[in-house]
Amino acid sequence: MCLGVPMQVKSIANGIAVCEIDGVRREASLMMVEGVEVGDFVLIHAGFAIEKLDEADAEQTLQLFREVLASGGGPA
Amino acid sequence: MTDIILLGHGSGGKLSHQLLDELIIPTLSGVAQRDQNDAAVLNHGGQRLAFTTDSYVVDPIFFPGGNIGDLAINGTVNDLAMAGARPVAVSVGLILEEGLPLEDLRRILASMKQAAQSAGVAIVTGDTKVVPRGKADKIFINTSGIGVFDHDYEVRGSGARVGDKILINGSIGDHGMAILASREGLDLEADIRTDSAALHELVAEIIAAGGEAVHALRDPTRGGVATTLKEIALQSQVDITLEEAAQPVRQEVAGACAILGLDPLFVANEGKLLAVVAPEAAESVLAVMRRHPHGAEATIIGEVTGASDGKVFMRTAIGGLRAIEMLAGEQLPRIC
Amino acid sequence: MKYSSEFRDPAVAKKLIEQIGEAVAGFDGQMTLMEVCGTHTMAIYQHGIRALLPKSIRLISGPGCPVCVTPVSYVDHAVALARRPGTLITTFGDMVRVPGSSSSLQREKARGADVRIVYSPLDAVALAEKTPEKQIVFLGVGFETTTPTVAGAILEARRRGLSNFFALCANKTIPGPMAALAGDPELKVDGYICPAHVSAIIGAEAYRPLAEQLKVPCVVTGFEPLDMLQGVLMLARQIVAGEARVETQYSRIVKPGGNPKARAILEEVFEPCDTAWRGIGVIPQSGLKIRESYAAFDAERQLPVAVEEPREAKGCMCGEILKGKVTPTECPLFRQACTPENPIGACMVSSEGTCAAEYKYGT
Repeated sequence: MCLGVPMQVKSIANGIAVCEIDGVRREASLMMVEGVEVGDFVLIHAGFAIEKLDEADAEQTLQLFREVLASGGGPA
Repeated sequence: MTDIILLGHGSGGKLSHQLLDELIIPTLSGVAQRDQNDAAVLNHGGQRLAFTTDSYVVDPIFFPGGNIGDLAINGTVNDLAMAGARPVAVSVGLILEEGLPLEDLRRILASMKQAAQSAGVAIVTGDTKVVPRGKADKIFINTSGIGVFDHDYEVRGSGARVGDKILINGSIGDHGMAILASREGLDLEADIRTDSAALHELVAEIIAAGGEAVHALRDPTRGGVATTLKEIALQSQVDITLEEAAQPVRQEVAGACAILGLDPLFVANEGKLLAVVAPEAAESVLAVMRRHPHGAEATIIGEVTGASDGKVFMRTAIGGLRAIEMLAGEQLPRIC
Repeated sequence: MKYSSEFRDPAVAKKLIEQIGEAVAGFDGQMTLMEVCGTHTMAIYQHGIRALLPKSIRLISGPGCPVCVTPVSYVDHAVALARRPGTLITTFGDMVRVPGSSSSLQREKARGADVRIVYSPLDAVALAEKTPEKQIVFLGVGFETTTPTVAGAILEARRRGLSNFFALCANKTIPGPMAALAGDPELKVDGYICPAHVSAIIGAEAYRPLAEQLKVPCVVTGFEPLDMLQGVLMLARQIVAGEARVETQYSRIVKPGGNPKARAILEEVFEPCDTAWRGIGVIPQSGLKIRESYAAFDAERQLPVAVEEPREAKGCMCGEILKGKVTPTECPLFRQACTPENPIGACMVSSEGTCAAEYKYGT
């Protein structure tokens, strides 16, 4: 029961953010996260942002994948 | 089977099939599962006629890109078209709930007229009933239709053969997500419109181009592409394998599905058809489809990979394999 | 799609699978990796991951589907509330089909009960405000990911001064059963694929006792295909090296200490309690109940109803399946008497249940 979707914050008013994924928008409560600003990515679960996505960290993981891809390690 | 009707019995998925196969068809007629198609084909005085009926109970009755009225015309036109017939005439039965604004009815009738005109079918007979408030939900529409055949080919769900390609005329899941997104309570804001369209002209061109190489045609309405392909696989006793990477899904539909935890493959379409075509004719049929306004984004999504008792698989984008079953119960938004 | 599709690249997946193969190449025997999150169960089937891994890696599913581990008596309680005059039940989609002893919410709905599916507990609060003449009960089922949202809804109901919003709670915490199963010699869990979004709340540090005391390697893993393959790779490397550490593959979301604000909200409203897990039994302090100070929002305290004596379905192996001891196909009811449209056990009814996933996606 832990479906969570990364969505981008488009606007914030009274602790409620309008978040977007692929052109689809929905409101979510920011009650559980600190310091979220417009433009940030948050993880949405059951109408709440439950965590802020660390974009630098995501980039590191993706960089690691790019290195995995560039490395030899078996037939291409 | 349960002792009472559940909402899932109307989902178009497995429960609907059970209700049909175990109660309705055995009681009313004797058609075997293999012979169930979108329309009946009757032989009348040496001439073949297609005959079908369908009821529309959609909520909300107005949604982005259409309403219950044009849906009711296009749906019945498509059921005739999937049998390979040219739609000629339809009937309209209206069940109206006390209190329905006349303006709503006017809008719905106007779009029915327009849909019938553009599909080239005549609305030739009808019926109107009014029920007390609360005994129906605003408006229910039943349409029946008759079609004729301009060719001698037989198009049905049981014709798929090993090696055939599976073609679809465009993106998956638009109608179901347009309805869900506009339904009260989920509060999704998205530019998703129904794909509701009359497909008989496209079908005529597919048959003209493919002839007897067109082995099966069906519109993936309730239950979605997954359920419809499973029906074809079962009726034809073949395995079908889909390529995940080849499934055409609009970005907004994918996003809404991600939020609600739904799989577009099980979401309803109202302007899509699946064509099962012999491999040597697949490219030419695809080219014809792409030239038609309702098939500009046509693509091949899979193929018939073996003879069996009717399995459907998906080759996943990362190279795995998973089985595809019919929709079970209702398609419910989930957070799990 | 941002931060989703990038984690599905087939070319990277292929390389990761190769690296997993290399990592276990010299490994003698079989390693058993358990996931304890229904969303992982679903994702493994959905992407067809099992068949892509070397034979020496066995993936099993633990008690990670909250609907599946909820005892039948809870469903009976919800059914009794649905029959209560003036009561409107709100729930996440999956609960409506779960069979109780003699009925389900879907059946009660067909018989006239007001049962509505909501996307968020906050939608249930909004419904309570709009429908003051009815008692609105939200079915609080779920792990640490979901429980804060139930707590948040209760706080919101209090802020709005609502006296007709209630939660019927069977919320649970996951580290307890993970420890119980790690110590089960019959099971022999070699590594835990730790849940993604539960960990966003409780933090990766929560698994330290499992790694340090019970010597089970733990990797907090995301739900996208590349996340899961990388998580398996990290676990395989630890197991081959004979190590047992907590690592976080899903670090873009999960911090070592989790989300303190969400936990504070949870702890404001809920307190730990002993609770029964279907198939496992009572695990001390692994449940969450509404604190006395929020008793006004507790359906159990405020809306007393007679609940029938619970009856478990005969022959159902959900309990063993939830522990990972038996696979769905070994259950005599699977695909025969028990199907998604006529589920006998909870593992079949929830779309993230092990049996439903096997039925739907298994090859």
